[in-house]
Amino acid sequence: MNNVLAISGIVIKELYRRKDFYVLFVLTALITLVLGSVSFFNDAKIVRYLKEICLLLIWVASLVIAISTAARQIPAERENRTIFPLLAKPVTRGQFILGKFLGCWLACGVALVVFYLFFGVVSESRGRSDSSTTGLTSSAATEGHAASAKADDHEGAAGGDEHHDDHAGTEHFSVLLNYVQALGLHWLMLGVVTAIVLLGSVVFSAPSSNITISFIGIIGILLLGEHLNKVALRQQQPVQGILYTTYFLLPHLEWFDIRDRVIYDQPPIAFVDCGLAALYAIAYTGLLLFVTWFVFRRKTLTL
Amino acid sequence: MSVILKTEKLRVEYASRELRSGIKVALNGLDLEVRSGEVFGFLGPNGAGKTTTMNVLLGFVNATGGEARLFGVDVREPIARQRIGYLPELTYYYKFLTAEELLRFYARIFGIPRSEADRRIETLLKLVELEHARGRSIKTYSKGMQQRVGLAQALINNPDLLILDEPTSGLDPLGRMKVREIIQRLKSEGKTVFFSSHELGEAETICDRVAIICRGELKAEGKVSDLVTQHQCDLEKLFLKLIGYQPQEVI
Repeated sequence: MNNVLAISGIVIKELYRRKDFYVLFVLTALITLVLGSVSFFNDAKIVRYLKEICLLLIWVASLVIAISTAARQIPAERENRTIFPLLAKPVTRGQFILGKFLGCWLACGVALVVFYLFFGVVSESRGRSDSSTTGLTSSAATEGHAASAKADDHEGAAGGDEHHDDHAGTEHFSVLLNYVQALGLHWLMLGVVTAIVLLGSVVFSAPSSNITISFIGIIGILLLGEHLNKVALRQQQPVQGILYTTYFLLPHLEWFDIRDRVIYDQPPIAFVDCGLAALYAIAYTGLLLFVTWFVFRRKTLTL
Repeated sequence: MSVILKTEKLRVEYASRELRSGIKVALNGLDLEVRSGEVFGFLGPNGAGKTTTMNVLLGFVNATGGEARLFGVDVREPIARQRIGYLPELTYYYKFLTAEELLRFYARIFGIPRSEADRRIETLLKLVELEHARGRSIKTYSKGMQQRVGLAQALINNPDLLILDEPTSGLDPLGRMKVREIIQRLKSEGKTVFFSSHELGEAETICDRVAIICRGELKAEGKVSDLVTQHQCDLEKLFLKLIGYQPQEVI
């Protein structure tokens, strides 16, 4: 485990010294801030659109980070020949693969935390400013009802405030839990993505071809993966069989996408479901890493 | 003296990339024995199979036949590499790291405790005269400095066997001298050094024994003095004779 952690440390160090992450973060931040600062058609619900765009950007940026980082790990080690002094030490090829995976995955995790924190701050601040604006408008509109409110029982009003505070607290907790779940599931999904790309990097010799194929494949799974069974229903055999097999073999990355719950403030997912999703991701990641090791374990490395 | 490195009938075949060329034999039944505490020169022309032998010893390439052992352990076992240090011919290190970070990384790989690693890093940086540049990233180093970082990383685990692949290649005379001094020093400390080279003068100066290979086959092995006496010529002439070089007549 010590070797795995040491190798993963190098991957993280390389990522933050290469500054790829900063570029993507600044780009995402700039686009979000520009979009967040404008008010479209005086729409009070603009925060929803902002959340949607911000989360989409986070997904794209995280995929770019995960794919580009994982794709170049092993080919770059071979091309720069840094793999030779490393494997000349008591490091197994399995540890090497695991270290590379862990480094990429942890680096993605760090990037995600920063992205989601930024997302939380932007959407929360925009949400507050929008609600205060809508609050003012609604108070002006309901001025006429103020007199009748005066006649209300004071005790009842105090009880209502308490109830309102409790409700707001639960809502805040629910929103926070949604963010945490979205972040966690997103990170688990990136684990599967990283494992897919690492496998690609021992199969394809050029990182550029691996990046292109992986990107198309992963975007394809995210967009079409869930519809494959419906498409299969309308086909004749053997196409139907092939599509069904593909549907059941593909890792369903779209299951980890709960952006809509965050955008529309829906209640959080049950923890059991989150646990099952985690098991699903771990199983796929493990399987993909095993195949990567199997392909790489007897590969001839020549100076 | 115990045998530290041993190959028996080692054979490596590569599938040639050229069409209809079939299989290329890189090593053909190579038998080698390196004993504890000696400096062993592994000589041969370019393409003789020196680097392939090292690749097998370090587990980068799987032998097609025969066997190779380090400290009695099959070279395919990672534990066989616990007591060795390896210096590649060219500098292949993470250039975004500083010399100190690189040494710390390799120390961690060997499971050396932090306090001990600190002490070794200090000693090694002093030995290879890189104390002043310890905090600079390796990409800013000259070739000689990078080679010395390489030597330091090869020594981080205080190895019993050092495998050096053409350690002085591409270095200026001063750099070569420094590397030779370090090898001599390691020898005096009782370390075993196995190094490949085609610098015959260098081998003659620092080696206890040499092996000459050509086209993947062992042509001669023994003490330099014994080989010279036996063939009644100097090492360079012997080397040229064994690799089958025919001098051309000057027109």
